[in-house]
Amino acid sequence: METPSLLISLIALTVLAFYIGRQRSIAQAAPLGGVRHLQSLPLYYGVRASLWCGLPAFLLLALWLIFDEPLISTVVLSSMPEHLQPHSLAERNLLINQIENLASGALSTEGVDSAVAQAAENLLRLKHIAGMLLSVATLVLALVGFIWAWWRMSPRLRARYQVELVFKGALLLCACLAILTTLGIALSVLFESLRFFQTVPFTDFITGLNWSPQTAIRADQVGGSGSFGAVPLFVGTLLISFIAMCVAVPAGLMSAIYLAEYASSTVRSVAKPVLEILAGVPTVVYGFFAALTVAPFVRDVGTGLSLSVSSESALAAGLVMGVMIIPFVSSLADDVISAVPQAMRDGSLALGATHSETIKKVIFPAALPGIVGGVLLAVSRAIGETMIVVMAAGLAARLTLNPLDAVTTVTVQIVTLLVGDQEFDSPKTLSAFALGLMLFVVTLLLNMVALKVVKRYREQYE
Amino acid sequence: MNNRSRTTSGAAALIQKSLARRYRAERRFRWYGIAAVVFGLLCVATLFVDIIGKGHGAFRQTYLHLTIDYDRDVLGLSATAAASELALADYPALIKQALLQRFGEVSGRSARRELSGMVSSSAAYLLQDRLQANPSLLGTTETLWLLADDDVDTYIKSLRDRGGAFTGRVSEQQQLWLKALRDSKEVRLQFNWNFFTSGDSREPEQAGIGSATMGSVLTLLITLLLAFPIGVAAAVYLEEFAPKNAWTEFIEVNINNLAAVPSIIFGLLGLAILINFFHVPRSVPLIGGLVLAIMTLPTIIISSRAAIKSVPPSIREAAIGIGASPSQVVLHHVLPLAMPGMLTGAIIGMAQALGETAPLLMIGMVAFIVDIPGGFTDPATVLPVQIFLWADSPERAFVEKTSAAIMVLLAFLITMNTAAVMLRRKLERRW
Repeated sequence: METPSLLISLIALTVLAFYIGRQRSIAQAAPLGGVRHLQSLPLYYGVRASLWCGLPAFLLLALWLIFDEPLISTVVLSSMPEHLQPHSLAERNLLINQIENLASGALSTEGVDSAVAQAAENLLRLKHIAGMLLSVATLVLALVGFIWAWWRMSPRLRARYQVELVFKGALLLCACLAILTTLGIALSVLFESLRFFQTVPFTDFITGLNWSPQTAIRADQVGGSGSFGAVPLFVGTLLISFIAMCVAVPAGLMSAIYLAEYASSTVRSVAKPVLEILAGVPTVVYGFFAALTVAPFVRDVGTGLSLSVSSESALAAGLVMGVMIIPFVSSLADDVISAVPQAMRDGSLALGATHSETIKKVIFPAALPGIVGGVLLAVSRAIGETMIVVMAAGLAARLTLNPLDAVTTVTVQIVTLLVGDQEFDSPKTLSAFALGLMLFVVTLLLNMVALKVVKRYREQYE
Repeated sequence: MNNRSRTTSGAAALIQKSLARRYRAERRFRWYGIAAVVFGLLCVATLFVDIIGKGHGAFRQTYLHLTIDYDRDVLGLSATAAASELALADYPALIKQALLQRFGEVSGRSARRELSGMVSSSAAYLLQDRLQANPSLLGTTETLWLLADDDVDTYIKSLRDRGGAFTGRVSEQQQLWLKALRDSKEVRLQFNWNFFTSGDSREPEQAGIGSATMGSVLTLLITLLLAFPIGVAAAVYLEEFAPKNAWTEFIEVNINNLAAVPSIIFGLLGLAILINFFHVPRSVPLIGGLVLAIMTLPTIIISSRAAIKSVPPSIREAAIGIGASPSQVVLHHVLPLAMPGMLTGAIIGMAQALGETAPLLMIGMVAFIVDIPGGFTDPATVLPVQIFLWADSPERAFVEKTSAAIMVLLAFLITMNTAAVMLRRKLERRW
């Protein structure tokens, strides 16, 4: 049976199990004097029956679908003669591809080694057997589960308790997905990075001043020897983030203070949502804006001042990134400032301080930890921002602190290295994962510190 | 006595003097605040004016009015041509012939090439479709509005600019021809339906966002189907069932951190785990939706938790008091009451996913997609990635297309966010 029709019949069986289970519980309750003599509502008996029927079968189906393909191809390959056995992973994939294309009829068998053609037939046969086996196994499992549930059913059975146990387990599983995701991220960047650090020493990567990831394809090729010193990338990232923070922190903080402390409620109700629009604009739009409007503008202004400005200057990318982060800083600062107790404000004003003195000398120091936490989150956002720099910053890794020069960043390099074809055995591709690891670790540390600071600050005034 | 009053007046004078300074500082501080707000508002205005100014033109496209003579000889058809031969006929020659007739004989190969270069290469397919649908047209003439080339389109649209027309690759001879056409009203701008229905193309005048929009819809569908139920379930567990222990704390720390992890990292996750390990095919809505679901999950969990938290405990206590089990409390009372808040969070999460580009670049959704994807495993791209691809194209006409695609994307996002706000206003209860 094909997978979709198998799925549909399983679902049908599960639904059927629900009705039969519910019916049986009602029938069992009838001699006792009605449904109220059941331990749980009939609904729960039905759900319990369908869980027994569906859950094991669906689990089996999912596991099978994940593992059958690699298993079958391994069996097919191992049955092939010695001289055709692949030596590397790439060769293996190529061979499997060829066999699969032969099997599906996309490739004609003419001029193909008879052993390979044999393997294709073998594959088809195994796939057919596996499909049959799967259908029989899942349907039998579903029936067995249902019969078990049916047989064990009695008016004293704690059906609701059992169903709720499964329900809670499912909820817990969903919550644990967050941990699984973190683990997945950590493992994916860590493993590829470790492979990268086997060819390029970690110290060279972290202290090298030269970044040119083009590696030679042939051994005798001139040039493109590949050097993986990531310092220029780190400097470029920090330079652009610094420019962004120079825009975002003053503008975000002051607008938050103005809107929270001075503005009338009408101004506030208009200005706040309009500023929030900046947070909702996709980063690709900012990138387009930076590359086509801001960068030429910066260059024109620079040329007017007789400065030499690169057409992909760090300044343009940083300015636009700063604008993007303004609402982020301002909404975090707004939360923090509103959390400062009113009594502190009243006390300061009662002593004769002006409004701005109250803000500068009382509210700001009180809110400082929260604001620092917010700024740290904003920095982590600037470091990880991708599209603006991909579209508006350069590609050449240059070690400079001049904001008018073109620099490149960690995220730009990850994108350029991983877009298009990738070979997972060259240090060029793997270096992107090493950069990803750096990015992940740095932003994770920043976030953890920031969240801790903000949390402690909140507890202080609660 | 006397002495004391003098010091008071001295202090008063001092205070008076300092007051002026302090009020100045107060006003200055206020102005800083106003300047910051105005700066932010100006940025919003500049962004929108810039994008709309660049992109509004793309919604209309230049068409040229030509009289087409479906001539057998020009088409290269024999006198007894069968219907099957129509597919192989020389349709570009028809357009060339029509242009030559309109402007008289043009000498020189380059001049002839310039002449036929004014009409888009897609016009020939239009003629083919018309003739195949209605073979009786053969031997007759008809006048049609044919799509102009992108260079011509840019030139015609720039004629109204104050800074003078942008000629670009349009030659002087072509300008003369176009002037003749304009004088006899044989050039017009028509609403560009093509932009919404067709897929990507190397030719700007034929390129559209149809396939990218469909790709976005399919991708977001997967994201919604995965992220919303799982996010709500996780939120319910954390708010209603989780014991206060180290494990729960660990889950919460993970969720909060994931919400702040750069989006590009999720692309690395998709590439290394989903594509390389689980062999999910690349460039399809399925993998895009999976990655975006993982990415938006923390957002949805956090907003759903806030929605559950806002349901007052008295509701739960009342339900428990009349004998409901904890699961019944959640399913019958808490979830229905928290649903508006959760839906709002889900819409905001979907808006975030709709605008996301970076992780999709890693998992091969940057493909050149002409056909409109029909399923979850067809190669597809999404709107923001289409914008990214067009922004990289050198043709000037693509600037207009890119801005127009951005306008469409922003329209979607604004609609979604407005819907979220309306939903919150309409359904949210104040307890």
